[in-house]
Amino acid sequence: MSGNNIPPKKRIKDLTLMEKIYIPEIVKGLSLTLRTMFKPKFTMEYPEVKYIPEGSYRGRPVLVEENNGEERCVACGLCSRVCPALAIEVQAAETDREKERYPEKFEINMLRCIFCGFCEEVCPEEAIVMSKDYELAFSNREDAIYGKDKLLVPVNQLQDRIDFLRSYK
Amino acid sequence: MDAIWNFLWAIISFYNFLLIRIVIVLVLMFLTAAYLVYFERKISAWAQNRLGPNRVGWYGLLQSFADVFKLLFKEDIVPDNANKKIHALAPIIALFVAFSTYAVIPVGPGITIAGYEIPMVIADINIGILYVLALTSVGVYAITFAGWSSGSKYSLLGGIRSSAQMISYEISMGFSIGGVILLSESLRPMAIVESQSGLMWNAFIQPIGFITFLVSAFAETNRLPFDLPEAEPELVGGYHTEYSSMKFAAFFLAEYANMLIASTLIVTLYLGGWQIPYIETLGLPSGLVVALQVAGFFIKVGVLLFFFIWVRWSIPRFRYDQLMNLGWKVMFPLSLFNIIWVAVLIMIFKL
Repeated sequence: MSGNNIPPKKRIKDLTLMEKIYIPEIVKGLSLTLRTMFKPKFTMEYPEVKYIPEGSYRGRPVLVEENNGEERCVACGLCSRVCPALAIEVQAAETDREKERYPEKFEINMLRCIFCGFCEEVCPEEAIVMSKDYELAFSNREDAIYGKDKLLVPVNQLQDRIDFLRSYK
Repeated sequence: MDAIWNFLWAIISFYNFLLIRIVIVLVLMFLTAAYLVYFERKISAWAQNRLGPNRVGWYGLLQSFADVFKLLFKEDIVPDNANKKIHALAPIIALFVAFSTYAVIPVGPGITIAGYEIPMVIADINIGILYVLALTSVGVYAITFAGWSSGSKYSLLGGIRSSAQMISYEISMGFSIGGVILLSESLRPMAIVESQSGLMWNAFIQPIGFITFLVSAFAETNRLPFDLPEAEPELVGGYHTEYSSMKFAAFFLAEYANMLIASTLIVTLYLGGWQIPYIETLGLPSGLVVALQVAGFFIKVGVLLFFFIWVRWSIPRFRYDQLMNLGWKVMFPLSLFNIIWVAVLIMIFKL
């Protein structure tokens, strides 16, 4: 045990006498909780009052529907490729319109989606964006696979998110 | 027909309507215990900037009944390792102790209705305080039995902690009561209340005794700064880890009933019981005075119950060694000093 001459650690006595008596400190704590009781509450009573998120919120991914009722998507398949959860399935087809390609089938499996927003980030056409929709409940697995009918959302409803993306991308 | 009526009347009016008084007290206790759970949840929510239960009934007032019915419909699980008889006995002891202690607490002065003199206490016995102390000591068995018979290490630890804690704090509790008894010269709760007329409340005469008794009461009821027997983070749930369904509900109810008893006991011993200072000088009719005094008793108890809940949501739990240090090195000498203090007061002022 020779050479083991580390001096014993000194404890810092940081409590003053008033703190050692303990009761004043308890009174302080009690007064804090009492004041908190009369403060306004943070709780939102959910089904009646709904939380409306900001543009930065990543809800369920949706396809942008132009004003003429067509989707922006050109079925390049990048979103499907980048999706870490393998939730997106795209099948392309040709069209006579100017963009030449469109998704014949576009499905997102909402049981797999992890709301990472990679699909939105990688999309060259700004065709898939994250919406503000967070109310996602299904009663069976088939309902959880969203096809084009559920995914297409008019562009004016997604303006908040698109503005957010343009200002920060 | 007359004979049956007379027989029934004899039963009902037996010992100044004892049965009716018992029923009233039992119903009141069950209701208060149920609503304490509701207020516990509400006040905890307010202290944390939340709203608390507000869905079942008007402002969530039926929440406690929803909780009780949920527990009633749950499966009653008894672990394989448990000692089944003692496992079933423990919650019964807990409830028995919680409800029988209330028999000696006076709610108000006696009143006379239609020739019947009705005392506002179930049993006005002359060793009432001794009875309370004896029963609260039996309460330790409920928790220790529950912890031991469950056959689980967490329950056992909770039970051991509880017995150590309750025995250490019972000593300072008993010595604090010593000061009260010196002043009232009686163990009868009614006499103790009557000795605190005017502003001669024991809380003012012997503040140290009041504080030690208050702290010991927290420890005796296993309420939060001292709820080591059921410390959730370390012991899962302590002594009631292995309980479910109505047996768990019995422990739950007993905890709140114990809180009620501790509050009524503190009011009786230190805060003048049902007495309102100088109310007799106002010249009110005697019936109104009695009603006001009973209301005053319940208000005092209500304020103390709020205090119990308030403290629970403000102060963190003690460590086990801190608890023992506080009990033996602070509370015990302070309660002894309190006895000397009271004795000196009696010597000097002939109180």
